[in-house]
Amino acid sequence: MAASNSVLGLYDNPDAGANAMDGLQSAGFALGTFDVLTGTPYPEGAFGEHVPQHRLFRFPFFGALVGLTLAILFTAGTQLAYPVVTGGKPILAVFAMLIIAYELTMLGAVVATVVGIIFESRLPNLNLGAYDARITEGYIGVVVECEGDRVEDAREVLQTAGALEIKTA
Amino acid sequence: MQQRRILDEVTINRELLRGNLATPKWWLPTVLGLLVVVIFGFTLMGIMFNRGLGVTGLSRPVYWGLFITTFVFWVGISHAGIMISAILRLTQAEWRRPVTRAAELLTVFSLLTALFFPLIHAGRPWRIFYWITPFDFARGIFPNARSPLIWDPFAIGTYLTGSTLFLYVALLPDLGVLRDRTTGWKHSFYTVASLGWRGNPRQWRLQTVAGILLSALMLPIFVSVHSIVSWDFAVTPSVEGWHSTIFAPYFVIGAVHSGVSAVVTMMALMRWLWGWDNYIRPEHFDALARLLIVVALGWMGFTFAELIFGVYSLEAPERALREMQMFTWPWNLLFIIFFLTAFAIPVPLWFFKRVRNNIALMFWTSILVNIGMWLERFLIIVPGLSRKQPFVFTWDTYQVSPLEWGLLLWSFAWVLMLMLLFSKFFPLIPLFETKESQVFTTDVTIGRVTIPAVVRELD
Repeated sequence: MAASNSVLGLYDNPDAGANAMDGLQSAGFALGTFDVLTGTPYPEGAFGEHVPQHRLFRFPFFGALVGLTLAILFTAGTQLAYPVVTGGKPILAVFAMLIIAYELTMLGAVVATVVGIIFESRLPNLNLGAYDARITEGYIGVVVECEGDRVEDAREVLQTAGALEIKTA
Repeated sequence: MQQRRILDEVTINRELLRGNLATPKWWLPTVLGLLVVVIFGFTLMGIMFNRGLGVTGLSRPVYWGLFITTFVFWVGISHAGIMISAILRLTQAEWRRPVTRAAELLTVFSLLTALFFPLIHAGRPWRIFYWITPFDFARGIFPNARSPLIWDPFAIGTYLTGSTLFLYVALLPDLGVLRDRTTGWKHSFYTVASLGWRGNPRQWRLQTVAGILLSALMLPIFVSVHSIVSWDFAVTPSVEGWHSTIFAPYFVIGAVHSGVSAVVTMMALMRWLWGWDNYIRPEHFDALARLLIVVALGWMGFTFAELIFGVYSLEAPERALREMQMFTWPWNLLFIIFFLTAFAIPVPLWFFKRVRNNIALMFWTSILVNIGMWLERFLIIVPGLSRKQPFVFTWDTYQVSPLEWGLLLWSFAWVLMLMLLFSKFFPLIPLFETKESQVFTTDVTIGRVTIPAVVRELD
């Protein structure tokens, strides 16, 4: 099996980048094997790219559940373990417990959301593959992940679309 | 958006990374100057830990003084950050773009500073862990979850953690930009910090969703935190002036008033110090001033309601407290300064467009608001405690000691120093948001006038 390569075409305008994406699709590269890299969030579909799906919205619910469980364990467990009546309040004072439960539920939701954002963004991934620093200066990068025998095909498509430079990693 | 500037990405990178890729001449002397004050403050803390709380002006019955006032003040300042950032993100307000990062940053650093004050106020801060953490399994002693002083660490801990994560997630794309503009150890640092950000559609989509989702999660936390801080006072039945059901919303809106003003102060400083005239424009101050008018009027409504419900019952202790706050020397002087600086001077001025668009005037009025808001907290906390009450046999008037003033000064130097250190390593204005604005804005001609128009995607 040939080694996987990352090929990057660099473009100086969004139209050329969109043409490269169309060209790759026409040349038979499977969706998900090529991507567009930008330094700016463009409108979804601006490059004719595959619109990614994600499951981020599940994360906060899971985190909230964990936070709530911990809060109940903390408030009920510690008060029952040291049952001293203070201020005439019951040992398990629901209103006081609710306040801590609310905070820990929200904390769980926020932490899980951030974990979800990083996970769903496919980060961390310190190996950038084929990349060019000019992408964060306004250039458009179109990157293809392909087997070694298709590298030349990818380069040709990227070149035809008007790439200013092509890099392989 | 009448003041659009057309900027390419190279220019945006160069201008907004000015403080990161090069060191401005004023930066090092300023940081060193602040460092001296910070070291001085830590020395004062050391003296206080060594000699005990007797070196402060705290004495029976005034056990809560400048430290707790300053704690509430900094928690209040922190509120603007997330409120502005979250509300503006949720409503997709175009003018949010240069404001959000500075506001979030203010939240994190002011909360971090606020946390110091209850800790040092405890006198022996290392013992505070007995109080808030359920660790003493050997003796079976656990903190009292029914005490508002336990709710506080949970609320502030949640807010600080959430705000920091919120700030970090929104920094990821900009860390990628810094990675691409640096070499050596800085490049390695930004590579790791950016987690390998590349800017593909998946990452951008998640970044957009994250901004909205985290905003929606942080807003309820923001409301809860200052409510819980207010309950430190409001659930105490024995102190007149504290035991009030209105305290939670009153504290929240007061916090927004002082916090938004602090954002104005910070934005003016950013514009002057880094020369970001293209990004922080008079229109942003104009928008913030309009917001401040609404907030200040709401806050004054609560102040009035709190006062009128206090005196309307005709209960002698409550009336005596109000009389002390407003008519007895020296509290009356503080009350007048508070009223003038927090409301009577700045709010009428903000009604004039010329003032709203004048950055120097906005800067000074925002400073005035925070002088007034600090005094407001002082006037709530100290007179309530120092008034004569049954079964209290000493009635020393609280005198703020020089050490306490020193620690108040330390808190400002500490926040400013943290901000300046942050500005050296991270951009204070979000680059990707600024660039996005350029992509989504275009000029349209209507009749004989050409104006910038913002295009928005359907969700």
